[in-house]
Amino acid sequence: MRKIWIRTIAIISLIASLMLVLAGCGNSSSASSDNNSSVAAIKKRGTIRIAVFGDLPPYGWVNKDGQRVGYDVTLARKIAKDLGVKPKFVQVNANNRVDALNSDKVDIVLANFTVTPERKGIVDFAKPYMKVSVGVISPKDKAITSASQLQGKNLIVTKGTTAENYFTSKQPKVDLLKFDSKTQQFNALKNNRGVALADDNSYLYAWVKNNPTYTVGIKSIGPKQYVSPAVKKGNKSLLNWTNKEITKLNKQGFFTDDYNAQLKPYFGSEVKPSDIILPQK
Amino acid sequence: MAHSGINVLFEGTNFTRLLGGLWTTVQIAAVAIIIGLILGIILGVLRTFHNPLLRLVLRLYLEFFRIVPTTVLLFLFYYILPRQMNIHLPGPQMATLVFALWMAAEMSDIVRGALISVPKHQRESGLAIGLSRYQLYRYILIPQAFTLELPATINLITRIIKTTSLLMLISVMDVINIGQQIIEANNQHYPTGVFWVYGLIFLLYFLIDYPLSWWANRLEQKRMENIND
Repeated sequence: MRKIWIRTIAIISLIASLMLVLAGCGNSSSASSDNNSSVAAIKKRGTIRIAVFGDLPPYGWVNKDGQRVGYDVTLARKIAKDLGVKPKFVQVNANNRVDALNSDKVDIVLANFTVTPERKGIVDFAKPYMKVSVGVISPKDKAITSASQLQGKNLIVTKGTTAENYFTSKQPKVDLLKFDSKTQQFNALKNNRGVALADDNSYLYAWVKNNPTYTVGIKSIGPKQYVSPAVKKGNKSLLNWTNKEITKLNKQGFFTDDYNAQLKPYFGSEVKPSDIILPQK
Repeated sequence: MAHSGINVLFEGTNFTRLLGGLWTTVQIAAVAIIIGLILGIILGVLRTFHNPLLRLVLRLYLEFFRIVPTTVLLFLFYYILPRQMNIHLPGPQMATLVFALWMAAEMSDIVRGALISVPKHQRESGLAIGLSRYQLYRYILIPQAFTLELPATINLITRIIKTTSLLMLISVMDVINIGQQIIEANNQHYPTGVFWVYGLIFLLYFLIDYPLSWWANRLEQKRMENIND
């Protein structure tokens, strides 16, 4: 009997000490990491690592020839070109965008990253290049037109999106059904796993255009929000450069061209460029 | 049927891209399985020794990899450890490492189980004729344990191959990830593309996993015949 106790205590203390060692390592080394993503470091390396979506037409997706294209990707290529380096794309999902930045897997995130107060605490956002708000789609014959209709029902969202954030914090009575990717969330809606689906409204307009049995019942819910490039917290060098770049691109009318080339074919006439892009000076 | 969903597979370079993704999957799984097998056998043999400290450490290692879900392991190794310890490995290498360690952990238990279920008189006879510990394992225990561990090992290998579908999480462009890209890119023209893309992925996984089970069955039967002769 006594032997068993001694062994149990030994095992527990071993595990505890292991955890302490791990935690200790963390504290000592995280403070001393260099900035691998400063403008100088990127230029020296000759490539900029950019996190983009791979399954979100028309923002970031892969065409049938295997090339990455889309509104965000066009901006990404422009940024790389203006830095004089090659772009290296890293495909992310909505819920690993922050981790990709913080663990130095990418230099900048251009994956439809909406600015929120919570996210501002963990990454640095540059000037916005797009605006959005949360919309809700539902089948036309059972259209959801106000948030009160959603109470106690399943609403489909993707993990880590603004839609998930908004409904978790502001509409706690709505039951959320969360998925890992855009592909999964739309399949879930088609299979009637929930009564409606919430996501960025600009994206929903595009999807509804291709799926005419659904409608954007709630066009905009919650506050108007902006989409910005994001860099690792404290990466002032790349942040300042990106801010200047966005100002410059605004002056050149780059985003209007980008809208017309990438987004217009998807959104059709229901959406105007001024609904999506910011005023071009 | 101008827009039959199956055409989605043959548009542009879609098919070759899927095969490319499959190649990534196979590479990661194969390297992980080979490393895991070798390491697992060594650890399994070590676990039958009577050194209590060694046993405890190996036991903890096994339990850690058996209990923690693979999703969490991948996340931990790819996003959290690099931040804490400044180790930087690209996604595919990191995935190979995680799968190899996982394979080794589970393999060590299979090997240990098989070694201790070799009849006791075999070990004792070996010792009686003066074999050293190395010779005992090399000529008596390991060959006899091999048959016993075969079914469980094949089962583990097929599990490893299937679980590579989680690689999407750490930005590795495996066959599932590329499948999703194709589905989303073609949703407009091929609403039923989902079925065909996943159907093909199912077929590809089946083509990899089925020969393994078949081969395992055959090996087992052969061994049985040898024993019963």
